[in-house]
Formats: sequence, structure tokens, C-alpha cells
Amino acid sequence: MDLLNFFTISLIKAALIAFILLTTLAYLQWIERKVIGHIQLRVGPYRVGPHGLLQPLADVVKLITKEGVMPSHVNKFFYLLAPFIAVVLALISISVIPFGPQITIGPVTTWMQLTDLNIGILFVLAISSVGVYGVALGGWASNNKYSLLGGLRSSAQMISYELPLALAIAAPLLLANTLSFREMVNYQSGYWLGFIPRWNVIPEIVGFSVFLIAGFAETNRVPFDLPEAENELVAGFHTEYSSMSFAAFFMAEYANMVTVTAVATLLFLGGWQPPFPEPYSDVIPILVFAFGGLIAIFHGLHPARRMDKFTLPATGLVFLGIAALFGVSFFVPVLKTILMALFWFCGKVGILLFLFIWVRGTLPRFRYDQLMRFAWIVLFPLAIVNLLATGLVVALTSK
Amino acid sequence: MTALIFIIFAGIAVFCGISLVAQTHPIASALSLIGVMGSLAVLYLQLGGEFIAMAQLIVYAGAIMVLFIFVIMLLNAGAEASSRQISIFARYLGILLLAAFLGLISFIIQATLPKTEGVVFGAFQGGTAANFGRRLFTAYLLPFEVTSVLILIAILGAIVLARREV
Repeated sequence: MDLLNFFTISLIKAALIAFILLTTLAYLQWIERKVIGHIQLRVGPYRVGPHGLLQPLADVVKLITKEGVMPSHVNKFFYLLAPFIAVVLALISISVIPFGPQITIGPVTTWMQLTDLNIGILFVLAISSVGVYGVALGGWASNNKYSLLGGLRSSAQMISYELPLALAIAAPLLLANTLSFREMVNYQSGYWLGFIPRWNVIPEIVGFSVFLIAGFAETNRVPFDLPEAENELVAGFHTEYSSMSFAAFFMAEYANMVTVTAVATLLFLGGWQPPFPEPYSDVIPILVFAFGGLIAIFHGLHPARRMDKFTLPATGLVFLGIAALFGVSFFVPVLKTILMALFWFCGKVGILLFLFIWVRGTLPRFRYDQLMRFAWIVLFPLAIVNLLATGLVVALTSK
Repeated sequence: MTALIFIIFAGIAVFCGISLVAQTHPIASALSLIGVMGSLAVLYLQLGGEFIAMAQLIVYAGAIMVLFIFVIMLLNAGAEASSRQISIFARYLGILLLAAFLGLISFIIQATLPKTEGVVFGAFQGGTAANFGRRLFTAYLLPFEVTSVLILIAILGAIVLARREV
């Protein structure tokens, strides 16, 4: 009975997390196109649904129904295996990421997390270090010089940037003395002087910066997207891919982005811990959503914005509804725990994801030699010095 | 349950090990080796060596094998060209000899190794990173430091060799 219970709960949680993650990945792409569009003074996707909101759905249908072209000169087995490796390894990491504290719904007590490994942080590192094979193999199996160069670049880049990434992760591990994400977040609860959150980002600002920069490189994002630099390599490692195998690479990139930002949030930004002490932090979601809703309604009813006569007030009403939900949650403790944890966790992850998109919209791409020099001459020594300093402080302050 | 997982992953490890030798293409061999390492990591995990398991994945599968694949891709090494014709007689005799050799080896191992109690999954609890680090820096400090010096020498040697080329 107990095993069955465990099995059912795990199944429900897995289904929920998989559903939310896949939806997030689809809409992350919509958000990216919108934000980049506005940065470049365009409107972004606008045709499918209000403000292009159904664009991800249209993209999925398009990619599924397209013909999967199998070029005649490829190494078939590895050509088909590569996108599979990429997407599976990218999606696995989410299983150890905690989204919130322990909750009790009726008779069931469970964590807002699929599974807690006491080596969870190492697990994410291991999975991300193996993840390079998807890109490298895809580039090699395509039997095309552009793809091969893309695959080569990606393996060299990932090996180089994994070192500063791992060293940057090691510093908060030293502080918290744990390898489990849960304990890492618990360590960051509480406040210095009553109002400064005890997040690792404050003592570890250097480590956080190194982690984020290396994270950009690990996920092959601009300014480090050399493996798919379109002005030199056509589309890099996925030049020969079409249809769903292309979609798999695409999804893997976004899933890796979510993983990197979630890990950054958990290790450096206190996970689901709010940035303000308890009574003040509880009203912030209500204020944010209510204010956002009011602004949307105000602009929607403005006569100058005829185009958004329905969409903006509707968005405003949805926001007000969410604010009301947060208000109701004050009387339902379980709901409040879930909503508060989700709000702060998703808020932090969302801000970091926005940073990723923002950087893509504003920074130019590195040259390849600059990329390597930056990893080995700047980031790597910086991460080592940071780790040594942290170790020294921990050694001096611990009993 | 544990026995089932053990059989599955031990089977994968053996299969990938055979595939590693049997494949003619270097990339396929390298990938088989990664398969061996991955399934070994699962076996370590089952035995309670969680830190070792993750280190196996990060260091061997994630770093060393990526370098292997990088070099193979860089040199664009093709499939191994087999020039020798092996007669059917030799091939079947080889299988027999191999079986005899494996039997002999296993007999010697059985005979010489001391009798120990069987391995029980989940019996060993000291595989956490904290235990590991403590042992490494107390009981095994000298080997640990000697190894790091060895690695330093290897790095210096590599730099010297590379310098001469440039």
C-alpha cells in the first residue's frame, strides 16, 4: 500500500512537472521572440491568436507535420540518436530541482520536487556534462563540414566552460556544506540584520557572475553561440536536421536554459525564499498582480489603443484574478505555501530567463579565439580565486 | 528490485564492452565506452557509492570521453580497414579458445581470492561526499597529494611538448 501510494504520488508529480515544463518551453520561445522583437523595434509574432499567443501551438503543428528529411550521406544511426540524446539529457535534470518546501494536502505530505538526491547538484553537473554528446554527435553524423565544425566547437567550448561553472558552483557548496538542493535552500533562509536576505549571491557575487557567464556558454546562447554561428556555419551542428529532430535540438536548448537558471536560483538566489521578511513578502504578489492588472485595464480602456480593446482588459482581469487568488490563500495555509513558493521561485527564474533573452537581443557574438581566451584567462582564474577566498573564509570562521 | 536493476545494467555494461571491441568505427567504440561508464555509474550508485558514481559520470563520461570524441572528430578518423582475411577454421577455433581461456581465468580467480561474504545492496552507507572527502584528506592524504603532483607533472609535460611544436 505504501509503495503504491508513493508510486501514485510520484506519477502525479512527474506528469504535472512534465506538463508544466513542456508548456514553459513552448511559451519561452514565444516570449523570446516577443522580447527580441521589441528590443529591435518590431512587434514579434502577432498573427496567430491575440498578440501571437497561439504561435507556439502553430509551430508545434508545423514541425510535426513537416517531412523529416534524411540526407543520403549521413551516418544514419548516430544521426537519429543525436537529437534523442540531446533532448532526453536536457529534460532529465528537472527531476531533481525543488520548486518549494514540504506541503501537506489532506493525508498526503510531499515535497514540491520530483526526487531529492543528496548529491543533486552533482547530478545536474553530471547530466549537463554528458549533454554535449547530442550536439557533438549531431554535428559529426551529419557528415557536413559546417556541422562538423559546429560539433567540434561545441565540444571544445563545453569542456572549457564546464571548469569555471563547476568551480563557481563549488563556492556556495563550501558555504552551505551540502550537495542537496533542499538543504542548500534551507541554508539560505533567514535574514542578516533582519532585512538583508541570507542568499549566497551576496557573499558570492563573483561566483554568481562566473556561473551565469559560463551558463550562457554551456547552453550555447548568444554571445557564446559559436556552434550555430549562422554567418560562418549556416546553422552549425543542426544544419542537416529538419522536422522533429530539429525541434528536439531546439527544445533541448530551451530546457538547458531553464535548468541553468533554476540551478542559479537555487544555489545563489535562495530558491523559493522571499527577499523580504515574512509579513511584508506575503503582500508583494498581490500588489504586483493587482497593479499590473490595473495598468492593463487602464491602457485597454484608453481610446487611443483601439487594437487592444479586448486583449488588455482581459489580461488585466486575469491578473486581478491571480491577485484575488493570492488574497484567498491567506485563509488556506496550504495554498499560501504553494503559491508563495511558486511565485518567488518562478519570479527569480523568470528574471534570469529574461536576462538570457535580453543579452541575446543586445550583445554581439564573440569571435572563437576570444571565446577560448576568455574562458581560460579570465573566467577560470577568477573562479579559482573565488573558491580559494571562500575556502579561506569558511576555514577561518568554522569551529 | 535491486537484483533486477543490477542485471539490467550489468548486462548493458557487458554488451557495451563487447561492442567497444567489436565496432570498427572509432566513434561507435567511444560511445560504447561511454555506455560502459554510465552503467558502471549506476552499479556504483546501487552499492552506495553515490559520490563515486557522479564523479564517474562527470570525469570519465563528461570530460575524458568528450576529449576522445573531440580528437576522433578532429582527425576525422574513418572506419578501421580490415585487410587480413581470417579463415573460418581460425575463427571458430578462436571462439573455443576464448571460452577455454575465460573458464581458466575465472577458475584461477575463484581459487585464489579469499572467501568473502556476498555483496548486499544498500549495506554500505559511507559513500557520501563528506565521508569520501574525510577519508581522502586523512587516511589517504599521501596518495592523494602524490597523484596531484603527478597530474601537475603531466600538465607541464604536455605544455612543453606543445610549445616545441609552436
